[in-house]
Amino acid sequence: MVNSDDNKKKTTDAEDIIEAARRTHDSASKDASLHYRDQFTSKAIIKRDSDVKIKTADELVIRVSSMKESKGYRLFTIINVIIMLFISAVTLYPFLYLVAQSFSSHTAIAKGLVTIIPVEPNIKTYTDVLTQGVFLNSYKNTIIYTIIGTASSIFLSAFLAYPLSKPHLKFNKFLTPFVIFTMYFYGGLIPNYVLMTRIGLYDKWPAFIIPGLISTYYVLLMKAFFANSPHELEEAGELDGLSQIGVFFRVVLPLSKPIIATMTLFYAVSYWNNWFNAFLYLPTKEKWPVAYYLKTLIAGSFSTNDPGATADKAYLSANIRSCAMVLMALPIICMYPIVQRYYVQGMMLGSVKE
Amino acid sequence: MSTQENRIEPVEPIEIVEMLPGGQRSGKRRRKTAFERHVGRYGQLYLMLLIPIVYYIIFRYMPMAGNIIAFRKFSAGGSIFGDQWKGLYYFETFIFGPSGWKGFEKFLTYLGISGFWRAFRNTLTLNFSYLIIRFPLTLVFALLLNEVRNLRWKKFVQTVSYLPHFIAVVIVAGMVKEVLSTSGPINGFIKSIGMEAIPFISEKDWFVTIFVTSGLWQSLGWGTILYLASISHINPNLYEAAEVDGATHFQRVLHITIPSILPTITTLLILDIGGLVGSGMAFEKVFLLYTSATYETSDIISTYVYRMGIGPDSRGQFSNATAIGLFEGVINMTLLTIANFSSKKITGSSLW
Repeated sequence: MVNSDDNKKKTTDAEDIIEAARRTHDSASKDASLHYRDQFTSKAIIKRDSDVKIKTADELVIRVSSMKESKGYRLFTIINVIIMLFISAVTLYPFLYLVAQSFSSHTAIAKGLVTIIPVEPNIKTYTDVLTQGVFLNSYKNTIIYTIIGTASSIFLSAFLAYPLSKPHLKFNKFLTPFVIFTMYFYGGLIPNYVLMTRIGLYDKWPAFIIPGLISTYYVLLMKAFFANSPHELEEAGELDGLSQIGVFFRVVLPLSKPIIATMTLFYAVSYWNNWFNAFLYLPTKEKWPVAYYLKTLIAGSFSTNDPGATADKAYLSANIRSCAMVLMALPIICMYPIVQRYYVQGMMLGSVKE
Repeated sequence: MSTQENRIEPVEPIEIVEMLPGGQRSGKRRRKTAFERHVGRYGQLYLMLLIPIVYYIIFRYMPMAGNIIAFRKFSAGGSIFGDQWKGLYYFETFIFGPSGWKGFEKFLTYLGISGFWRAFRNTLTLNFSYLIIRFPLTLVFALLLNEVRNLRWKKFVQTVSYLPHFIAVVIVAGMVKEVLSTSGPINGFIKSIGMEAIPFISEKDWFVTIFVTSGLWQSLGWGTILYLASISHINPNLYEAAEVDGATHFQRVLHITIPSILPTITTLLILDIGGLVGSGMAFEKVFLLYTSATYETSDIISTYVYRMGIGPDSRGQFSNATAIGLFEGVINMTLLTIANFSSKKITGSSLW
């Protein structure tokens, strides 16, 4: 009934906005980069002259004026490059340091010899950690928790967000404030803890997932997306005899891949990085996720409360700690290019919606 | 076609009603039909809502109700809503000391030794220093990033500076400890210029610096996203016009870029102030970085609540801890509400 091209176009409206914003931004910077090159090489000017026809006298003035300020501006660009280099280096350094430590021997680390290049390089730390039962088991737990948690979160959030996006659903008058209020007021650590232990979730693995199962903020992002997708298609689906749930699963979800992908990453990263729920509710080592295992490694070796933690003992395991940190961060760093893109899109969704 | 359907629908029952004799009965039936039609049409949507609503009631609203134990004595085996009404006893305990209000001088003495007031002070100090340092730096970084003309280089800096945002707070804390350890690179440098190594992590005077710096490391790049998006929406004609009028580069930034993104700056500032007290990130990072040696400067309300209620030496003071948690929650909610309201008023946009 409805042209499929048309519907595809409409559902990616949100993406389009972002894309368009990016394009104008890019082209604006490209223009500017032409100006910028003008100042240095006459070649660029010539090239520009042949590429772009000068329509008005104004454009000539522009070039003249940008040449005028070239001295101060050139100094600024150099300083700017130095600042950017500094920020990049400072950001990357801790990562490189961890990697270097994880490949170094612990005696070299204790002597403070490691700065950025591994000293006495070896992969023994990795083989040790990767054959160690607790680490492997907690890594496995993290993977399982992340998969189960993310899948449940996506479905439950969508189940909440979709009806919320329907303005004609009378119940929403009550439901929207009911959901949003939880963003203003959090029940608090102790009441949550009491509740979780009393309903028998203490030391049960679902306790790791349940507290973060539905994030209100993410629900609102999804709601904004659903509200902006074309309703004609849903109505068409209904006319063709689909039930409301049928429409949701067979029309809405397939058209919502961008938001589902974004949400999947949001939730997956938050489950992957979570240690606190395990810390509160999972005392049994076999159920720990890797983030919590890492927390115990880090806290244990540096604890000042522990009189036995002499300098030697503390640094004995610096390479092991680094190795575990590298291994935990690895999947996120590997997926980083994708994760980053979707996260930025998610941020935009949050700011675009009104 | 579908819009035609919609237009017909509300007309239908009215026509029927007018044709029926006995207005009363048909009026009743009409109302019932409207409701039935609503449920009939959207019933399955309500079904979808079932699990999420149950979830919100149990895991979001039950704990809120559980705050009642701030006013009732909670005992280990008893009801989760407490056993005995205590009124404001627990609030007086942490605000004025265990024996309540006993005059101003007593209060001043208590202020000096109270773990709660120390945590209160630290919460404000930590979050406020973080805010006033991070906020302008993020803006400056965004403006500088915007000046980078080489797109590939810009992309690289962005990619690198966003990275820490995705790293688990456990790893961030671990990195901080590794880099600042007595055999780490910072101390290596300090030793190389002939000074004595500083045990940063266990020195209370360094905590705020460590907290703020690591926070900058985590969020400086990520914080620029909304600014950059906002800058990209500025009409390029404005810059061209300014150029024609002979404005220098710096003048263009000062008179075009900054005024154009002022609404974004205002919104973000207001919302940051709104989140000044209750930030989960701050809690986790403080929790992972502090030691008993640095409590003086590092212990914040949420960590204090944890140690009082759940921590290993807590002696299960659930009611006391809940009272403090509720106190924080209410301050947080007030700040958020004010922030959201003023953001709406001033800039027309709000957080949600």
